[in-house]
This record gives sequence, C-alpha cells and structure tokens, in this order.
Amino acid sequence: MKPNSVAIVGAAETTELGKIPSLSQLQLHADAALNTLKDAGLGLSDIDGVATAGESPTNVAHYLGITPTWVDGTSVGGCSFMLHVRHAAAAINEGLCETVLITHGESGRSGIGRGMFRGGGGASLQGQFESPYCAMGPPTIFTIPFLRYMKETGTTLEQLATVAVIQREWAAMNPRASFKDPLTVEDVMNERMIAYPFTKLECCLVTDGGGALILTAAARAKDFPHKPVYILGTGESVETPMISQMEDMTTSKAFRVSGAKAFAEAGISHSDVDHLMIYDAFAHLPFYGLEDLGFCRKGEAAGFIEARNTAPGGQLPLNTNGGGLSYMHSGMYGMYALQESVRQLRGTAPAQVDNASISVCHGVGGMFAASGTVIMGNAIP
Amino acid sequence: MANTAKIPVPVATPETLHFWEGTKSGELRLQKCDECSHVYFPPRPFCPGCASRKVSIFKASGKATLYSYVINHRPHPAFDGPYSIAVVELEEGPRMMTNIINVDQTPEALILDMPLEVTFKPLSDDIHLPYFQPGGATS
Ligand SMILES: [Zn+2]
Repeated sequence: MKPNSVAIVGAAETTELGKIPSLSQLQLHADAALNTLKDAGLGLSDIDGVATAGESPTNVAHYLGITPTWVDGTSVGGCSFMLHVRHAAAAINEGLCETVLITHGESGRSGIGRGMFRGGGGASLQGQFESPYCAMGPPTIFTIPFLRYMKETGTTLEQLATVAVIQREWAAMNPRASFKDPLTVEDVMNERMIAYPFTKLECCLVTDGGGALILTAAARAKDFPHKPVYILGTGESVETPMISQMEDMTTSKAFRVSGAKAFAEAGISHSDVDHLMIYDAFAHLPFYGLEDLGFCRKGEAAGFIEARNTAPGGQLPLNTNGGGLSYMHSGMYGMYALQESVRQLRGTAPAQVDNASISVCHGVGGMFAASGTVIMGNAIP
Repeated sequence: MANTAKIPVPVATPETLHFWEGTKSGELRLQKCDECSHVYFPPRPFCPGCASRKVSIFKASGKATLYSYVINHRPHPAFDGPYSIAVVELEEGPRMMTNIINVDQTPEALILDMPLEVTFKPLSDDIHLPYFQPGGATS
C-alpha cells in the first residue's frame, strides 16, 4: 500500500464482551458495526465498502442494509482483519470505495447462530494426514511446535508461564478484561494440563464478542470526532494449512514475511515502536512474534519478557489489553488486537502507554498458517 | 489406543491414492522429483520445489526421529488416557503428523530426536494409518 494514505476513523467493540447468549453471531457483527458508526459519527449510507471474515460480507452488508461498491471476504483465520485493513487501504487508494467498514462478531462461547466450522473433510490434506491422529482443535495443534522451540532455544516452561503472568498484570488494569486476578508462575504451571506442556492458563479464553473498524482516506481523516490513526505500513502472508508442514517449528515464515513487509512499507525501525500487539492464542506466540518481527534475536524473546521489558513500565509494552490469555478471545482475536492499538494511539486505553505514537499490531491466522501485520501511527511522519 | 472406530477416516483422492495403497500393503510411500531430486510429502503429482511434473513414487525406509509433540490430556473416545500428537521427521527428510504408540505417553519417555519406526493399523478395509513407535535407529 501507499504509506500514510489511509486512516482508521472509527473503532469500537461490542457493547458487551464475554458470555452473550442473547445475541447471534450476526447480531454481534451488527452491534460492533453500529457502535463503530457512532464512534465515527457516520451513518450506514456513508459506508460503501464492507469486509469481514467468519461470516460472508454478503450476510453482513445485507443485514446492515449497506449496498457496497467493494467487498472483501478474505478469511484466513484470526488475522483476517489485519489483511482487511491492508486490502481496504489499497481499495481506497484505487478509488474502488471511499469508506470501508470491517466487522467481526463471533459467538465463540455461546455458539448462537454460529455457522459450521469450515474444514476440508476427510479428503482434504489435513483430513487425510493430520485429523486421523485425533488432535482436538487448536490447543493440541497450535502447541505442537513449542517443544522443538524449547529444545533449540533453551527456553523453559517457567518462561512460558511468565507470559501469562505478565499479561494478567495488564489485564488487571482493564475493566473489560475477562480475568483480572493476579497470577504467579506457580499458579500457571500447577493449573490443569490441557496438552503438555501447555496448562489451561497458557491457552486462550473462549468468549463471545465483536469489533469493527472504519477506514477512509487520510485526507478526510481530520473531519471525524476522534484522533485519526494512520496506517503506516502493512504486510500479509501464508505458510501452510498443516502444522506438520511448517518449514521450521522454531519460527513462522508467514510472520517473518508479513512483518518485514510492514516495517519496510512504514519505513520505521524497531526502536521507533512504542506499543506492540502480538496475537496470543497460546502463551508461546509472543516468543515467535518478538523474534520473527525482529524485536529479539532467535532464542532471546523469553528472556526479554522475563526481564519485564514487555510488562507495565517496560520499554516495549506488549498485549496491553491482557491479550487472548486474559482479555478475551472469541476465536478470531485479531480484531481485538487492532482495537487495542487504536485505543493506545488515541490515548484512550485503560492501561494507557505514555506518549504512544507508533503501534505494531501482528496477527496469526489458523495455526501458524497465515499472518497479517498493521503498523499504525497517530501522526503522519 | 482403545478404539480405532472413533478415528476420522481419511478419504483418498486421485493424487493420494498411491500413498493409501502403500500403507495397506505395509509400505510408507514418498515422492521424489526426477528433475531436482527433492523428496516431498504430502502427495501431489508435481514437485513443490521446481514445479516439474516428472516425479516418482518410492518406498521410504520407515525410519524417523521425533521432531516435536504435545500430549493431549483431554479425553478422546479413541484413546484410554493422555496421548501424544507428534510430528516426526522421516529419514528421507519430509515431516508428517502421527501418534507415537507402544511407549509411555509421558515427557520422560518421549524424547525429542529419539529414533522411531513406522507401523500400520487398519481403520477400514481401504485405509490403513501409519503410526510411529520407538526403534529403527537411523544409520
Ligand atoms: Zn523438483
């Protein structure tokens, strides 16, 4: 994309987060969309672009009564919304539409009005060569690479637990976080084992919720009620739908490609970054993110977190909403990471980072299958 | 494992049929590019290294090492207790998912890089699934 040409002018989550059996999944999209329109001071007729994942953009546009001139249904897992931001920026620059609404809604916990899980069935490559080994969803698949990472880097189980402990410190400052009580490393390690070496507290929550964003050309961005959040750089990539076919289980190729592209587009260096979000469906993901984005050298991320660099008061605040481990995780968490970056750059986050002006928001889709990175700033550099 | 009737049964496609015919006759079959010698998995009728359609099917040694794994502690109807979900590295290079069987399902018994060998179990008349068990040290 052309750097600095597009801005986020509306951002909001669903009115409630957590357990919301009173709303269907489609209505969670709508609730987030309506809150975001209000945030931006816009009406439905102002929207001419719609993007979503996990629900077809046709369903969302029709339900909201929008007749778009551009839609994007890219659905590569929880980072799809990072890719939507990237694609929307290109579409706005190309003149395909002027004002894009990106929505997310997911009845991950209550399962109200939730479509069938996608999946290729028994004839897909996963169906033939992974499913017969009886993995039971992400906790038993996304976690497989970590023992190899531990062996290659010397990272310890105590360090894995520390990720959950520090993110709980951030969550404690956030009234909307699902879990706020302080944790110790021992608490995390003594919890029920889900898939060795991961205990329950090293796996994400399962909740209901949604969020939405509105994007438009940077030239228009100052006309909106809130401080614009400019898109400085973006990246995306995919590696493999099968975790067993990752090139190297100690690093994500999709993370490296997406991250490098976003940093190159933004023209910033790592020392310019004030705030970082790394999609944490499981506690090992911040290690991969910190290393594959270039914030840490290989094998140094666990020590970096243990030294409290990413904790409250540290030099690189990370997952300041509490993350998927403590804030919320509906299934496609990327939208909530983007919302927290926007709040930090507007200066309205519950755990506000002083003078945050550049935020990197990095998402994963599937299980190390896809990635999207969005670098945002609250001023045009 | 307790009950193979509870395991999702693979459905072969034209591109993977040779693999499932192989497991039924007790062979683990891989493919090798005739142009660039790349050995790859899962099956496809072209080389993912160089895009050549000139590829050959061959019988792998069945030897592997343990690359990474988890031990699932949530109950599954096909298993009596906690069980490993692993990725093994075949002697020929490619990796594949499997369960490590005929060994304690504990971190103490499942050591990364330990030598393994393939074994097969029938899930249906047509589909025999490859598993790995300790043994078969690579040369
Ligand atoms: Zn080749």
